[in-house]
Amino acid sequence: MDTIVQLLDLTVRSAVPLLLACLAGLYSERSGIVDIGLEGKMLGGAFAAGAIAAMTGNAWLGALAGIVVAVMLSLVHGFASITNRGNQIVSGVAINFIAAGLAALLGQSFFNMGGRTPQLMPEGRFNPITLPFADAVRDVPVFGPIYAELISGHNLLAYLAFIMVPVTWWVLFRTRFGLRLRAVGENPAAVDTAGISVSWARYRAVIICGVLCGLAGAYLSIGVSAGFVKDMTAGRGFIALAALIFAKWRPVAAMWACLLFGFLGAIEIRYQGVALPLIGVVPVQLMQALPYILTVVLLAGFIGKAIPPKAGGIPYVKER
Amino acid sequence: MNAPLPRWVDLALMPLINVAVAFLISGLVVLVVGGNPLDAAVLLVKGAFGSGYNLGFTLFYATTFIFTGLAVAVAFHAGLFNIGGEGQAYVGGLGVGLVALSLDAYLPWFLTFPLAIIGAALFGAAWAFIPAILQAKRGSHIVITTIMFNFIASALMVYLLTGMLQKSANLGPRSRDFAEGAVLPKLGWLFEPLGLAMGSSPLNITFLLALVVAALVWVLIWRTRLGYEMRTLGISPKAANYAGMGEVRIIVIAMMISGGLAGMMALNPVMGDQARLQLEFTEGAGFVGIAVALMGRSHPAGIVPAAILFGALYQGGAELAFEMPNITREMVVLIQGLVILFAGAMEYMFRPALSRIFARRPATGTHAVPEAEGS
Repeated sequence: MDTIVQLLDLTVRSAVPLLLACLAGLYSERSGIVDIGLEGKMLGGAFAAGAIAAMTGNAWLGALAGIVVAVMLSLVHGFASITNRGNQIVSGVAINFIAAGLAALLGQSFFNMGGRTPQLMPEGRFNPITLPFADAVRDVPVFGPIYAELISGHNLLAYLAFIMVPVTWWVLFRTRFGLRLRAVGENPAAVDTAGISVSWARYRAVIICGVLCGLAGAYLSIGVSAGFVKDMTAGRGFIALAALIFAKWRPVAAMWACLLFGFLGAIEIRYQGVALPLIGVVPVQLMQALPYILTVVLLAGFIGKAIPPKAGGIPYVKER
Repeated sequence: MNAPLPRWVDLALMPLINVAVAFLISGLVVLVVGGNPLDAAVLLVKGAFGSGYNLGFTLFYATTFIFTGLAVAVAFHAGLFNIGGEGQAYVGGLGVGLVALSLDAYLPWFLTFPLAIIGAALFGAAWAFIPAILQAKRGSHIVITTIMFNFIASALMVYLLTGMLQKSANLGPRSRDFAEGAVLPKLGWLFEPLGLAMGSSPLNITFLLALVVAALVWVLIWRTRLGYEMRTLGISPKAANYAGMGEVRIIVIAMMISGGLAGMMALNPVMGDQARLQLEFTEGAGFVGIAVALMGRSHPAGIVPAAILFGALYQGGAELAFEMPNITREMVVLIQGLVILFAGAMEYMFRPALSRIFARRPATGTHAVPEAEGS
């Protein structure tokens, strides 16, 4: 029981940054802007959060800085792909490199610690929150450990990530803004005919994407760790992208996909080199590659079909 | 479309302006981190071209980037974005390594080399095959599948290099050192008559191979039937379909050529320099290929100079980081990102202004401006 709860707890921890980045990509891609720059925006956000939290000692200012930087990178992507109608894939690749280069360069120049940011004091971090009665119910069988270990004891950003799932669903499928956002991703010409600005709708989607990427980065550098280290995101932006496709661009499914990939990550950490019954020792590398392999299999159409938003990746040109 | 621009503006001036903007912004960043951009530029140029030794390193990096740049360009011509050059090069290294490890004791280098070329190209092509066939037959987006294959390649290589290919656990994840039969000769002799002593720089015969391959790619794209079909598919899939060109066949062949070219990159570091198979020998070269192809406008005559420029940035950047403590090697990554942004995603940002200056009436004989490649 304890091991299962610990494994699931680790799953949640690994899933949170994926979930925030995945929802970020969801807004952007649903509006027709393909985003392979999630990784870069997360990295930029993580660096800014770590740097500002270290300078001010305030986690909130850190998170704010993470959001600001990620939104700025988002706006570069938006300017290239919405205003200049450039190639969205190329722009996303560029964002990833710009963020990686800037984080390393500025990190070294600000702190002179080989790209790290200084170790944070507890005030500079988002610390675990103990939910009410967590200690009181700890000894209750089954429910106790689940509540005290699995549900309680995460930081604010983790709870926010899971709250964002129903919020995103509601925004996308129950509000006027969400309807328009999905419409510009499927048929921008129709939206344009209705007198609504396609560019503005897409820019708003891209800005929301930046905010969530910034939070994902902040979770890494000032949530679960006490500072930024070089290449901190380690491909999580791409796993989030894989999860987004796996979830077929739907918010609730995105949460399950992120939890699945988080679970694979948790097994990788927990059972490294341990022989499992029946299977024997599973190579760590296989666990690392599994999210990507699953996504390719899905894309090949062997587990249902992943149909992206129709206008994704195509710049909108107003008729003249 | 805007008014057509003179050909030289479109093919030469606009890319130059875009790259210049990328460098200007990089200069601003140098200023922010407390360096003098002019000093930095001088150090960078000196570090890249200052001596025969430095030039040797610059051309060594350029060799790698010529291969990966050509790989991206070939796919671009067929309207495909191969972002998986990194993974294909990594797996291509496995092909090189297997040939070298099994034959180095028996054959001299000039027999091992052609076999290793085949090994590299075959393994690289094989790694591009699955994304290609999935794109062609099942419509899975090639950008996503090739990204996924980069990560799978990386996991696979770690698995092999910590497992069956590892020499001993003490030495870390790497194969045994190659014997003399799988070590490529250096090219110092070629430059010595020019008074350039290359010393121990790793420039090797793969550089000449890269130039030959660049010429072959030009022949392929502009002088063969297959190249014509690829370009047709890239510019207009409908036209290609109407003309009866098999889309599946072209996509698969184009991607396999692209993957093969990326795989051949591995010859340079694996057999030319390190003389063993080790982790991460690609060092992101597959991604640099994207910048090189965009800057070189997918033409071998543009790719070779663009690759040399990036080679100079890598080599000069290393020297610069050594001389100016404020600046790290990642400066190059930033420049690379900015070049991709301005030469790729925002290539038409300055177009309206330029067409105001250079616009002329479409006269007879003015060719349509070739569209930007990419999906």
